[in-house]
Amino acid sequence: MIERLGLVTTQLPTTGSSVMALLVVVLPLLLGVLGAACRPKRSWPAVLASLLALLPLLTLTPLVVSQGTQAWVLELGGLMLHWRANGLTLLLLLLTQLLVLASAAYAPAYLRVAVQAQGRGPAWLWPLMGLLAASLSLIWLAADLFTLYIGLELMGLSAVGLMLLPGREDALAAGMRYLLLALIGSLAFLLGVALLLGAWGRLDLAGLAETVEAGPVLWVAMALLSAGLLLKAAAFPLHAWLAPVHGSAWTPVSALHAALVIKASFFIALQLWLVFAPQAAVAAWVVGGMGAAAVVWGGLLAWRVDKLKDVVAWSTVSQLGYLLIAFPLLIGTAPAVASIAWDGVWLQLLAHSLAKAAMFLAVGNLMLATGESRVSGLAGASRRFPLALLSFGIAAISLVGLPPSAGFTAKWLLLHAALAAGQWPWLLVLAVGTLLSAAYVFRVFRYSFVEDVELEDYRPVPLRMDLIALILAVASLVLGLAATWPLALLEITGGGP
Amino acid sequence: MSQAWLPLITLATSLLVAPLILLLPERAWRARAALNLSAALLKLLLVGLMVVGLYQGREFAFGFTVVPGVEFLLRVDALGMMFAGLSSLLWLATTVYAIGYLEDSPNRKRFFAFFSLCVASTIGISLAGNLFTFLLFYELLTLSTYPLVVHRGHPAGLAAGTVYLRYTLTGGLVLLLGVVGMHALVGDVTFGEREMLRDLAPSYHPLLIGLFLVMLLGLGVKAALVPLHGWLPRAMVAPAPVSALLHAVAVVKAGAFGIVRLVYDVYGIQLTFELGLLTVLTVLSVFTILYGSIRALAQQELKPRLAYSTISQVSYIVLGISLFGPFGTIAGLAHLMHQGLMKVTLFYCAGNYAEELGIHRIDELDGAGRRMPLTSLAFTVGALGMIGLPPVAGFISKWYLGLGAVQAGMPWVIGVLVASSLLNAAYFLPILHRLWFRAGPAHGKGQWPEERCLGRFETSGWLLWPSLATALFSLLAGLLAGLPFSPLDLATLVATEEYLP
Repeated sequence: MIERLGLVTTQLPTTGSSVMALLVVVLPLLLGVLGAACRPKRSWPAVLASLLALLPLLTLTPLVVSQGTQAWVLELGGLMLHWRANGLTLLLLLLTQLLVLASAAYAPAYLRVAVQAQGRGPAWLWPLMGLLAASLSLIWLAADLFTLYIGLELMGLSAVGLMLLPGREDALAAGMRYLLLALIGSLAFLLGVALLLGAWGRLDLAGLAETVEAGPVLWVAMALLSAGLLLKAAAFPLHAWLAPVHGSAWTPVSALHAALVIKASFFIALQLWLVFAPQAAVAAWVVGGMGAAAVVWGGLLAWRVDKLKDVVAWSTVSQLGYLLIAFPLLIGTAPAVASIAWDGVWLQLLAHSLAKAAMFLAVGNLMLATGESRVSGLAGASRRFPLALLSFGIAAISLVGLPPSAGFTAKWLLLHAALAAGQWPWLLVLAVGTLLSAAYVFRVFRYSFVEDVELEDYRPVPLRMDLIALILAVASLVLGLAATWPLALLEITGGGP
Repeated sequence: MSQAWLPLITLATSLLVAPLILLLPERAWRARAALNLSAALLKLLLVGLMVVGLYQGREFAFGFTVVPGVEFLLRVDALGMMFAGLSSLLWLATTVYAIGYLEDSPNRKRFFAFFSLCVASTIGISLAGNLFTFLLFYELLTLSTYPLVVHRGHPAGLAAGTVYLRYTLTGGLVLLLGVVGMHALVGDVTFGEREMLRDLAPSYHPLLIGLFLVMLLGLGVKAALVPLHGWLPRAMVAPAPVSALLHAVAVVKAGAFGIVRLVYDVYGIQLTFELGLLTVLTVLSVFTILYGSIRALAQQELKPRLAYSTISQVSYIVLGISLFGPFGTIAGLAHLMHQGLMKVTLFYCAGNYAEELGIHRIDELDGAGRRMPLTSLAFTVGALGMIGLPPVAGFISKWYLGLGAVQAGMPWVIGVLVASSLLNAAYFLPILHRLWFRAGPAHGKGQWPEERCLGRFETSGWLLWPSLATALFSLLAGLLAGLPFSPLDLATLVATEEYLP
């Protein structure tokens, strides 16, 4: 499995690709600072800046596609930083940049309509978003534990900062709790890294993969690393912080957080398992069991909660469970099974990121328009806000995993992998998850189709905000039938032609 | 090259209409109607082209790979064309009807958008060339019909919608599991490539039986096989054109069509027979036929009676294909079309009575034949066809069913047919009696529940003409059954392909 991560490569990097890789990380940061200085009131400067940040990635992509996986070693004092870019990295980088682009396009209008306060908050949004994008890019590119730690820490801090921006009391309380847990998570991660460094004296993943030996040290280190990461990924039963944090956060921030931040921790965890414990099937089943519990518990709560945003937040907990099921399907299974599951996992991640971002934006629009935060407040919405509800619906199709969405194709692959591996429990989990997600999604629709309500005052949101949600939702739908394209990118694994 | 695109364009006609309709403003009903009707006509034309091409032996196929090992495939074959022809013909009629029926009601934009999507999924189901593509459109059908079922937004409608979703989504999920299992076993199953399963070693047979039953469970929900039928009577709260569509063309037919595909094109009738699965189908369908008819007898309202009648009648299709032999096949496939034509007529008429006179209960129909003679005539044709009287199309179905039963060596099925026909007569003839021979408000006795004079004729032309047209079609399908392009002829074509090597 390790070669799929592109950690082993014979390719020597070119100067051009090195500059581009650096720019991919640094440019969002610079543009974030610029955003803080200018504080764009309209969408186009933000969109333009995000497109500018997309440029180095678009130059890097053909390089990697034509020449194969690229790897870089940077010397920073006595430290060696290892980076690499393979198909998977590119896919995740692209996803990050596109979602940041969507949020950046959404944010100015949102700030104007929803956040009238002229406080410091809006000014901080841009640099924090830049920092988040940069740290995420760093995580996708990193091939050693030190870079991963830096990326993780920066991402955690910028995410907390973004969540605190509304400045209201509930946002502060939830944000501080998030900060505390994120720090605990980082601490556990750091301890794990220290253990590995002490035992084997190196931090690059490719080198460690060859030198580590199974034994108590490795198990303790893996337990610490995994615990820290799963806490940050809001994996069951370490998920309790998630819903309150989203409840008070700004809509574009929620979208980014659910779509990317949580996925980064998952990505690191999966990568470490594949590198250090590729045969630890029993432990992987434990993680899969946590995933199963997350699917059921998150789904049940999403079905029962009262507030619209909580529905979406709990759905994230539930959907993350699907991803955790990847562990038992990838670790210690036959290559044929693992190769199906590999495609399924990353497709599921893409599908969920796009759909969840779309859903958060759509829900934000609905809440702005109705002035209601409860699900029952949506009564009659289908007539008044058809566009927001359409986006919600299309995103929901992907979340539930109904055809022809990317969520469906991903679920198909996961089901296929589970069947091929003979791991029957996951079939049941995926089935129950589908039904539960259908239940919570259609509960929202049920209210929105109610007709006999008084026409209360409501304010339509700018068309642009609706369109951005719709575009993301449609992207998650179209990806279902156009799945060959991202899957072809995944084929660029490295390890020679 | 154009041949590969023909199925795609046919699918696109209704798929692309949906967003176009959403873009039009709610007020623009003329533009919407024009768009709907021209798309429906265009589609009918395209399907006609494909049917002609099919008779000339041309191949139409379009496909691309979705993920490695899974292909999206649209392909034209005789079986699919039957269903496509039925749905595009009835789409035209139902569009006309729906325009008239929904005049001045709110949310028409939403209605017609999902209506088009629903027809697109039906066409997708009929053109699907493999199980994956079939599943895709089968689920899309669930999604696109939900907004139609809850269209009116009142509590009864919303509750019915919830029940509908519970049944259909669970059914779809079960079907998904079965289809994935099939993929894990043999890979992509293109319809018609029966040797894939036939060549499996006998040790796989228990697994094959299991997969068949799982998929049957999934398909049986939409086909409303007892005991999976619970959603159908409750979905009656939907507007009349939706009921017509659900019962005659889209949902129950998708289920029945899926079972046909499963038996003929995935497993092959020979293998299904050898695995003993045809007996399962026979028993299920016989039970459903009798149960549906008996429950229909007990209904006091018109639409629920028609709903239970649907449960019973759709199972004739399943019964037909479960009889091993060409006659059974012909009966089942022909009934797929015949039942659609007759049932849609009955639902249009029920809608006409409700719209024009406010009639919902059967005992309010006294003397309605005098007030609305043409509607009542259409209803009579449909009802007689359901009973199976010549020369209406239903007779042909029952005749071939009887032949098929003898050919399959199951003469007891004829007894079931007789019993069912008697039951059909028992619940339809009293209605006809009330329509034509009882004195009612039209004869100056009492008054209609809620009379509205909708049009120059007995009711609005938009409502009347589709009813008459489909009634005429059901009559013609019976009278001209021997001519080429008739449902019976197409069914014979399919049966020939199936039984001749």
